[in-house]
Amino acid sequence: MLNLNAYKIGTLLKTQYSNMMEYRVEIALWAISGVIPFFMLNIWTNNGLNEAINISDIMLSRYFLSAFFVRQFSVVWVVFTFEEDALLGKVSPYLIQPIHPFFRYFAQHIAEQITRFPFALIIAFFFFIFNSTSLWFPSFGIILISLISTFFSFLIQFLIQSIIACFCFWTEKASSFEKLIFIPTLFLSGLLAPVEAFPDFVKSWVYFTPFPYLIDFPARILSGNDVNLLSGISIQIFWILLFLFIFIKVWRKGSKRFTAMGI
Amino acid sequence: MSSNNIIELKDISKSFFTASKEPGFNGTLKHFFNRKYFEKKVVKNINIEIKKGEIVGFLGANGAGKTTILKILCGLLYPSKGYISISGYRPYERNPRFLNKISLIMGQKQQLIWDLPPIDSFYLNAAIYDVEKSEAKKRIKILSEMLEINKELYLPVRKLSLGQRMKAELLAALIHNPNILFLDEPTLGLDINAQANLRRFLQLYNKETGATILLTSHYMKDITYLCRRVICIHEGLITYDGKLEKLLTRLSPRKELSIICNSKSDIESLQKLGLEIKNINNNEITLLIKKEDIKKTLKDILNKYEVEDLYISEPPVDEIIGRLLINNK
Repeated sequence: MLNLNAYKIGTLLKTQYSNMMEYRVEIALWAISGVIPFFMLNIWTNNGLNEAINISDIMLSRYFLSAFFVRQFSVVWVVFTFEEDALLGKVSPYLIQPIHPFFRYFAQHIAEQITRFPFALIIAFFFFIFNSTSLWFPSFGIILISLISTFFSFLIQFLIQSIIACFCFWTEKASSFEKLIFIPTLFLSGLLAPVEAFPDFVKSWVYFTPFPYLIDFPARILSGNDVNLLSGISIQIFWILLFLFIFIKVWRKGSKRFTAMGI
Repeated sequence: MSSNNIIELKDISKSFFTASKEPGFNGTLKHFFNRKYFEKKVVKNINIEIKKGEIVGFLGANGAGKTTILKILCGLLYPSKGYISISGYRPYERNPRFLNKISLIMGQKQQLIWDLPPIDSFYLNAAIYDVEKSEAKKRIKILSEMLEINKELYLPVRKLSLGQRMKAELLAALIHNPNILFLDEPTLGLDINAQANLRRFLQLYNKETGATILLTSHYMKDITYLCRRVICIHEGLITYDGKLEKLLTRLSPRKELSIICNSKSDIESLQKLGLEIKNINNNEITLLIKKEDIKKTLKDILNKYEVEDLYISEPPVDEIIGRLLINNK
């Protein structure tokens, strides 16, 4: 069912990118709407909270800017589109094409990230205008590793949501399960605060979950904070493999139950 | 599987489990706390064999099970029971080699990308089906000429009329040259000209490529124009499988003989012959006569009466099949 090659991937990406370009205004707005980390930065620095966790203002600014970038390139909404497509009967033609339907959604996300990129750069430019002291140029190696880690973070989130999306084969409102994931993702991923700043009790278990590897880990790499690269990347790969395995199982079971609603 | 058969179904059944809900607030509470599911058998032990290149029409009232059979055939649904083989594949396994051979076209349901011109969706489909770009270009040219949609290829899908969109859907579904086509109400919502064009195109496609076509339609013209063989479905069971002509003879073994007489007295006299009368309108009388008696009756009438004009016709096919769908005989 994977049945992929460069021609397919290239055409999928090109087509989805053309489609995304039709929504450039919306994408600019989505990019702007991802500025939560900047609000959090403001709260942290204005209240001197960073002193309690021994992170300087500059490093904290860099962390939140990096978190902003990681967030921009790891946003996932596949559960919502799949649910809508399943309810409207659009999944049926995808299921009988010789490519796994989730590759379409995957390509959509990648195309959207490419479209977002210039807007994210513009926002970063303004960030540095107002925070010139935070300006830094990570080395090529750091950029590359943080890109890989961000992509892994995206993969983890994409797979989690894809598993939830498969619940559409059992219930029409699979997206309601996503709400269960949304809250821990928001609070435990490092979007609102570096995981380092969490109470010891939370830190004692949070690293056993995938959440710190969604924002905190890649953002720490990019901002130049101390991280254990090997262990972090290995844990990300572990979560990817685990969720991929679950996804394949759930997909196989679910697609057998498909009732081709809407046609 | 017999070497001639491209499609074989043996004892195929399909059931769905559905929850029913009583109306009102109480019904809502019951539905929430104690949801009751019941099994609905939509397809019941059907057997079908279809040869390569055949065009077969599925007839049946709404909810008879036609679309479910089509969904099982194209691999969208797992049958609950039975054996199914299409070109040697089990459709529900969705083997890419099988998927490369088929196409499903659903009236009113679209796979084209709404905001992009159809040409982008065509190239995307071509890539998905491993059709080389140069080959895809050739096929798009040929098919767009056959379907007469050259100009519309570069306009966003959302700007196209329903007829143009349906043609573009058809092109997208045929880009990989499928040799089995499943069509579910392909002419739904199209105007008469667009319907006729689509029918002509499908007939041409079948002739030129030898593709097997299975279709459901409520427009009887689709069935009578395209299909020599029909399968009638009623409550999940096959009630007829054979030639359309034979079905029509079985359902309507009579012809209509309309006679225009010079005088009213002749009309009155004709009424007394004991033949079945369909209607009388001034000097015109329409009789229903068994096909085997038509020659003899004609001879008798022409000898006895002064006939100004007469014509023989078959009862309208739509009317006959409509009756079949209503009565489910």
